[in-house]
Amino acid sequence: MSGGFRTLLYKEILRFWKVLVQTVGAPVLTALLYLLVFSHVLSEHVQVYPGVRYTAFLMPGLIMMSILQNAFANSSSSLIQSKITGNIVFVLLPPLSYLEFFLAYLIAALVRGFAVGVGVLLVGLFFADIEMRYPLWILAFALASGAVFACIGILAGIWANQFDNLAAVQNFIIMPLTFLSGVFFSIHSLSPFWQSVTHLNPVFYMIDGFRYGFFGQGDVDPWLGLAVVTPFVLLLSGLTLVMLKSGYKLRH
Amino acid sequence: MTTAVRLRGVEKHFPHVHALRGIDLDIEQGEFFALLGPNGAGKTTLISILAGLTRATKGVVEIMGFDVTRQYREARRALGVVPQELVYDPFFTVRETLRLQSGYFGLRRNDAWIDELLDNLGLADKADTYTRRLSGGMKRRVLVAQALVHKPPVIVLDEPTAGVDVELRQSLWAFIRRFNREGHTIVLTTHYLEEAEALCQRVAMLKEGRIVALDRTENLLRAGAERHLLLELDPPELPAFLQSRLKGREGQHFVLDLPDYGDLEAILANLRAAGIAIRGMSLAQADLEEVFLKIMHGGAS
Repeated sequence: MSGGFRTLLYKEILRFWKVLVQTVGAPVLTALLYLLVFSHVLSEHVQVYPGVRYTAFLMPGLIMMSILQNAFANSSSSLIQSKITGNIVFVLLPPLSYLEFFLAYLIAALVRGFAVGVGVLLVGLFFADIEMRYPLWILAFALASGAVFACIGILAGIWANQFDNLAAVQNFIIMPLTFLSGVFFSIHSLSPFWQSVTHLNPVFYMIDGFRYGFFGQGDVDPWLGLAVVTPFVLLLSGLTLVMLKSGYKLRH
Repeated sequence: MTTAVRLRGVEKHFPHVHALRGIDLDIEQGEFFALLGPNGAGKTTLISILAGLTRATKGVVEIMGFDVTRQYREARRALGVVPQELVYDPFFTVRETLRLQSGYFGLRRNDAWIDELLDNLGLADKADTYTRRLSGGMKRRVLVAQALVHKPPVIVLDEPTAGVDVELRQSLWAFIRRFNREGHTIVLTTHYLEEAEALCQRVAMLKEGRIVALDRTENLLRAGAERHLLLELDPPELPAFLQSRLKGREGQHFVLDLPDYGDLEAILANLRAAGIAIRGMSLAQADLEEVFLKIMHGGAS
C-alpha cells in the first residue's frame, strides 16, 4: 500500500467526520425513532425469543440496519458527489492503484457504518439491557455485511449518473431488503410462504447472525448465515474490483 | 535525454466519435509547448490520455519514458495536470486540499512547498478558507497549486486562462515560466493564440483528431504568414512596378505583399526615383491567429 492509500482513506473518513451531525447524528436519531415507535406499538404483540424483551430483540436489528444503510450511503454518496462536481479527478490523477482506491472507499464506508452502529448501540443502552454474548460473531457479521453494502455503494456510486439513480437503488433495493429481513420481527411469526421468501434475502442472514451474537439464539445457525454472507462479500468485492480495474465510467 | 512526452500512433475511438486519428508527437524536456485547435479537435482527449483519465484505443503514450498504463505510478508521479473545469472539493479548505493532494502522491510533510506555492500564487491569505468560497480566478490558482504539489517534471495546463482576468493571467504565466526556466516541461492548450505565441517555443495544431501543423513558433509564423507592407503615397496612386504586389486597400493605404524583407530597400528606392513621396508606412506581420485560421481553413499542410 502506498502513502497515497492512507491519504485517500483519511480523506474519505474526514469527509463524513466534518459533517458528523448529518452523517452519524441523523441516522442515530432515525434508529432511535424506530426504537421508540416499534417498541411501544409492538412489544405486546410480537412473539420473539423466550426470555428476550422485544426492545432488546429490536436493538441488534436496528444496529445492523444502520451499519448497512450508512456503509452504502458513505461510498455511494462520496463517489456520486465527486463525479458530479468533477473533483473525482483529484483521486484519478495520482498514482493510486485500483485496489488502493477500492480499499480506501471500502474501509471508510465500514468506519462510517460502525460509527453509526455504535451510536445506535449507546442510545439503545438507555432503553434496554443489551448483552453481547458472542462478540466475535457480532464483529464477523458486522464486518462481512458492512463490506457487502460498502461494495454495493461503490458500484452504485460509479454506475449512477445523478443522485436520482442512487435514490432508486436506495428505495427499491436497499430499503426493501433491509425492511423485509427480520429487523423488526422474528421470521417464526411469519406464514410459511413468507418465511421461505425471507430465506432468499441475504440481509436476513446478516441480521440473524448478528443477533445471534447478542442473544445466542437466532432463526438459523450462524455458521449457515456466514456461509451465505461470505460468498456475497467475495462476489461483490470481485465485481467492484473488476469494475474499477476496467475504468468503467471513471477512465473512459 | 528522455523525451518528456512521447506519443506514437495514438488513436481514440469513442462510441460515436473518432476523437484522435493517429497522433505522433515528441515533446522534449524543458520545452514550452502549445496544443492548439478548435473545439472538438481532440486537445482535451489527448491531455486526458496523458493523464490516464482516458485510455487510448491504440498507440503508445509515455511520460518521461514511462508508459501511462503499464507504468502508471511512475508516469503519474511525473505529471501535473491543471484541468479545464473549475473543480474543487467543497469539504476542504485550500490548505487541506493541498495537503491531501500531496498525500495522494505519497508526500507526508510538504508544508514548506505548499506555503511557497500559496505565496507565489497569491493564495497565502486564503489558506484556511474553504475552496468553495473562493472566486473563479482563485479556484483556478488552487488547481494550479494542486497540479504542482509533487513538483512534476511535466506540467500540463488545459486552457488554464479561460475566463481568467488579465492580472491573474500575467502572474500565472510568470510563475509557470519560472518552472519552465528551472527545467520543467510545460504543455498547454489555449484559445488565446497570443499566449501561445508569446510563451511557447513549439506549437502543434490539431484538427479533427490529427496534427495538421507542428513546428517551432517562429517557423510557423514565417512559413504560414504573409507579410504586408502598408503604404500611403503622395500622389495617391500606385505606380506600375508595384501593381503585381497589390493585395488591397485599407483606407488611404495600399496593402502590398512583402514575402521578403530584403525587397523593401528596392521598393523604397524605386519610389524615390519615380518622385513619389511616402506619407505613411507600416509593416504588418501575421500573428499566430492568422496562421491558425489559414491552416484550419486550408486543410492539412
